[in-house]
This record gives sequence, C-alpha cells and structure tokens, in this order.
Amino acid sequence: MEITNVSPLPLPLPPPFTHTHPAPTLITQGAEALLYRTHFLRPAHPCALKHRPAKAYRHPTLDKRLTRHRILSEARTLVKCRREGVSVPGVLALDAEAGWMLMEWVEGRTVKEVVVAAESKGKKGEGEQERNGEGKGEAGEDDGLRVLMGKIGRAVGRMHEVGVVHGDLTTSNMMLVVRPSQQSPPPLRNDGRTDGEGSYVGGGGRLEEVEEEEGEIVLIDFGLAAQSLQDEDKAVDLYVLERAFGSTHPEAEAGFREVLRAYGESYRGAKVVLRRLEDVRLRGRKRSMLG
Amino acid sequence: MIALGLEGSANKLGVGLILHPPKGGAAHILSNVRHTFVSPPGEGFLPKDTAKHHRLWIIRLVRQAMKEAALRVEDINCICYTKGPGMGAPLQSVAVAARMLGLLWEKKLVGVNHCVGHIEMGREITGAQNPVVLYVSGGNTQVIAYASQRYRIFGEALDIAVGNCLDRFARTLRISNDPAPGYNIEQMAKQGRHLVDLPYAVKGMDCSFSGILASIDILAEKVDANQGGRKDDLTNEVITREDLCFSLQETVYAMLVEITERAMAHVGSSQVLIVGGVGSNERLQEMMGIMARNRRGSVFATDERFCIDNGIMIAHAGLLAYETGSTTAFEDSTCTQRFRTDEVFVKWRE
Repeated sequence: MEITNVSPLPLPLPPPFTHTHPAPTLITQGAEALLYRTHFLRPAHPCALKHRPAKAYRHPTLDKRLTRHRILSEARTLVKCRREGVSVPGVLALDAEAGWMLMEWVEGRTVKEVVVAAESKGKKGEGEQERNGEGKGEAGEDDGLRVLMGKIGRAVGRMHEVGVVHGDLTTSNMMLVVRPSQQSPPPLRNDGRTDGEGSYVGGGGRLEEVEEEEGEIVLIDFGLAAQSLQDEDKAVDLYVLERAFGSTHPEAEAGFREVLRAYGESYRGAKVVLRRLEDVRLRGRKRSMLG
Repeated sequence: MIALGLEGSANKLGVGLILHPPKGGAAHILSNVRHTFVSPPGEGFLPKDTAKHHRLWIIRLVRQAMKEAALRVEDINCICYTKGPGMGAPLQSVAVAARMLGLLWEKKLVGVNHCVGHIEMGREITGAQNPVVLYVSGGNTQVIAYASQRYRIFGEALDIAVGNCLDRFARTLRISNDPAPGYNIEQMAKQGRHLVDLPYAVKGMDCSFSGILASIDILAEKVDANQGGRKDDLTNEVITREDLCFSLQETVYAMLVEITERAMAHVGSSQVLIVGGVGSNERLQEMMGIMARNRRGSVFATDERFCIDNGIMIAHAGLLAYETGSTTAFEDSTCTQRFRTDEVFVKWRE
C-alpha cells in the first residue's frame, strides 16, 4: 500500500465498524484503500481492516463491480497463499458489496524500515553496533542484510511456486515479523488451530529490537495480486521489485543479487523465471510509444 | 528572448511564437496558429497524406504567425521543432521546414521532445508547481512525475493510446473527424444513459486499451445491425450508439483517473496536470477534479489551444532548453518516431 503524506479527507467507515469500540484507527491511506487497525470479536484480538471506499468519480455501476471484484480477488489470493503455506495475513471476514475485508494483524516492521535503519546504522560507523561484539564491524552488518535479502528471495519464490504473483512487490509490502514466543497467549484463529504456528498476531514487547537476520518475511497488500503460473508474470513481479529496490534503497542494490540468488534456489522452475527476467529487463520500458 | 516553434508530429500543424521576458516572469504568447488535417469519417489520417498537408501549409502558417506577432526575422532567437515522438513522415516534413528556415534566417535549431513540450506548456499556463502529469493524446498515454532532472514515467498504456482507442471507435461508428473524433464522441456520450460492461484493464500504474476497443467494436456491430436490440440489464431499454460512447468514456476515463491517483499517492503529490488532446475532454476533467478534491488536491487543465498539439508548446520548451545553452547542431537536426519522455535531461528545473 502506498503511503501518502497528503492528508486525505476523513472517509466514513462502513457498517458495522461505525459502532466498533474503541473506534478503528487509520494506519495508512493508499490510492485505493484505507487500512485501519481494529479488533476481531474480542478487544484483545487485533486485526487489520481494509476498506475500499466508493470512488465518487466512477460510474456507480462500474464502481460496485470493481470494488466487489477486487475485494473477492484479494481475499481468494490470500486464502490460497495461506492454504499453500505462504506467509501472508489470514482473512477473517469480508463484505464484498460494502467493500471491506478483515485480516489478521501483522505486527512488525516493514522491510523498508529495517533496511533504512540498517543503512543509517552502517553510516554511523561500526563502533556502536551492539550485536557485533566480536568486532566484525561492517561485514557483520552486511551479513545481517544478506540474511534478510535471502529471506525475501525465498518468500517471493514460495509465493510464485504456488502460482500467485503479487503485482506490487516493494519493500513497503513486506513485513519482518518475529513469531510470538510460546508463552504468549494462543491467538484466536478462524481455522480452528490454536497454536501460534502460522499466525502473526500480537508479537510481544521486543519488536523494536528485531534485527535483519531474525524473524520471518510476511508479504502484505495483495490488492494487485493475480493467480498465474506463467514465467513472464513472475519475471515481471521480480522486475517490479528490482526497480522498487533501486529507487528506495540505492545503496542496497547490491543486496538485490542475494534476493535473486535465494529466489533461484527456492523452487523448481525459479531458474527459468530468472532467465526470463533478463528479457524483461532488456525490454524494460523502452517500448515504442506509437499507438 | 523569442522562439519560433514548429509542431507536426500528428495531424495538426502548429506554429507559435513565444517571448520569455529577460527578467523571468510569465511567458508572452505572441502568436499560436494551427491547421488540422481532417480525414473523412471512417478513416484515420495516413502518414503520407498528413505529411503532404503539412508541406502544403507550413509556409502559410509561419507567415501568418509572424504577421500576427508583428515580428521581424531579426527578433527571433531560435527555431524549435518537434524531434519526436510521432509519425515519421509528418515529423520529417516539419524538420525539413525547420532546417530550411534555420539556414535561410541563420538561426540556431532546438529539437524538442513533444511530450516535454506538452508538460512545460501546461505548467506555464496553469502555474502548477510540481504536479503529477497525465499526458493523454492520440499517440500517448503516460502518468509522469518529475524527479531529479527528468520527467519520469510512472505508468503508461501497454498497447494503444487512449486517444487512439477513442479515434478508432469513432471510425467504427463512422462519426465525423471534424473537429476531432474525441470531441464528437464526447457530445454523443452526453446523450448516453446506460453503462454496458466493458473490460477494465489496469495493472498497477499501467493500463491497456486494445481489449476495450475490440470489445466495444463487437457491441457496435450488434447495435448497428440492430440484432434483436441488445438491452440494458436494469431498465430493459435498447442500447444505443450514444450509450456505447458513454460507456467507453466512463470506462477509459475511470482507468486514467485510477492510475493518476495511484501515482499521486506514490509520490505524495496533491496536484494533477492534464495535458494532451484527450485532456480537453470535460468529463475527464470533471472526474479528475472529483478525485483530486477527495485528496484535498487540485486539478489543472488547459483549453484546446494548449491541450491539443500546438506550435507554442514546442517554442516554449525549446526556448527553456535554449536559455540553458542547449541547441541542436544542423547535422543532428533529425527527427525520430521513438523518443521517450524520460530521455530528456531537464536542465531548466530545480
């Protein structure tokens, strides 16, 4: 979801969330949807509410059709990912006509935040790094990022393996999450399982200390996702991520090689996609502009 | 400083004269004349015929522009022409005319990117500071934002341009191309009431129009043949040609507004500038306005004098480049059908 610094007009929540107590808090507004933090069934169970408000500029019939289609398609993709064991937030409830979906709350930092933090720490010098007691210095820092890049590659590979392309892979759409420890209360789940496995709800108090090499990558915001088994679509997915990396983290661009390396080893057929990526890069956006 | 601008990348031939005051401030438009090659209904404009039209009219238009501006040849600092992108033959005709005038009057040439011309003119006229630009015309569909010396393309049409889609549908319906097919579709759409289902093809910040055209062409065939009169699902009324124009506009403009909004959210901008021939469509401007207002932003658009291809925008963008010391050497004064917006190094902006 794209984050904007333009303060939008407050938009009304769809029912029944108008009566939720405490009221949902707005986390971010993208172009399409608003993301709120609220709770599911009981106040102790945090969850994310994605609301696609009606677009006044669109013809109401077209607007209804698009909103319905997008909510359903995103939910189906998430459910499929979840069934196949890809780390994504689970779907809790939705109303396609009203344009909202409730998902599990993913507690953690975005990969973007983690990388930016790591970069600024790297700039400050090697001396202050608490984790590198052995005096590995900058190399240690790079190791942390490299482990993280490997995780990203494997997470994307896992998603592609099951036939899902994300459509908007950026470092803002990946969370680095530490699984809740055994002591934390088992979160409520919609599929009957009660153990912490596969759930990202309520992490506990050590989130700020999550380092690059710890935790697990959870992919979020499947608003533009599609189900596809074609190498071309997967290669384009990687290309989008590559370009997002280049523009968001120019200094970590070298790290992207590690993403691709890990991706290449993550599933059968990944190597073919990587070869296809070379073609996509060459084509890039250099198509003729003649219509 | 004064520049002469020559534009002829498609079926409009435009000549403009612009003055940039020495101490900065708003540009003065000294003259802005245009002649359009209009093809018969059901036909598009062919490169060969369009080039012939441009060759026939260029001298007359330059004379007229000079006369309107009451300028002498000595007053002109440089001659700007469209280097690309556009149709090959018409571009060549105009480039030859620019070279001829350059040699005859001993003036420097400046080759201008057509898209950058549109953007700079739009900024100058509307005063938009750093907007997200939607550039929509018969040959181009791009969502553009400025960053570090380049106009970067965030999204674009993956196949045909939105204007091309409208133009070709006008051919299908055999609507007049005078003054422009898109204008006539807009007038018919005002009578339309029923929305028919068309494909909606947005991929991130990119979009696609060829499938929509194919789909609505099939519907048009049925309407024309009156095959049992296809009916609206809700009202059971017969779908008309006007309904098709209405549906096409509603669908493609919703796509354009959507990708523009996504780009605005992405770069954190609240201003939109619409340029290009399709930008003169009032329904598109209205929809964009609603979107921008909901983001507490504003939309900037120009009227047909500056939206539709014209010489003044080429003069303006060319003069901006000329003022930073860049000119096009005579032997480099070529033109090209392919010339992407982000290839231009924008020296004149912060």
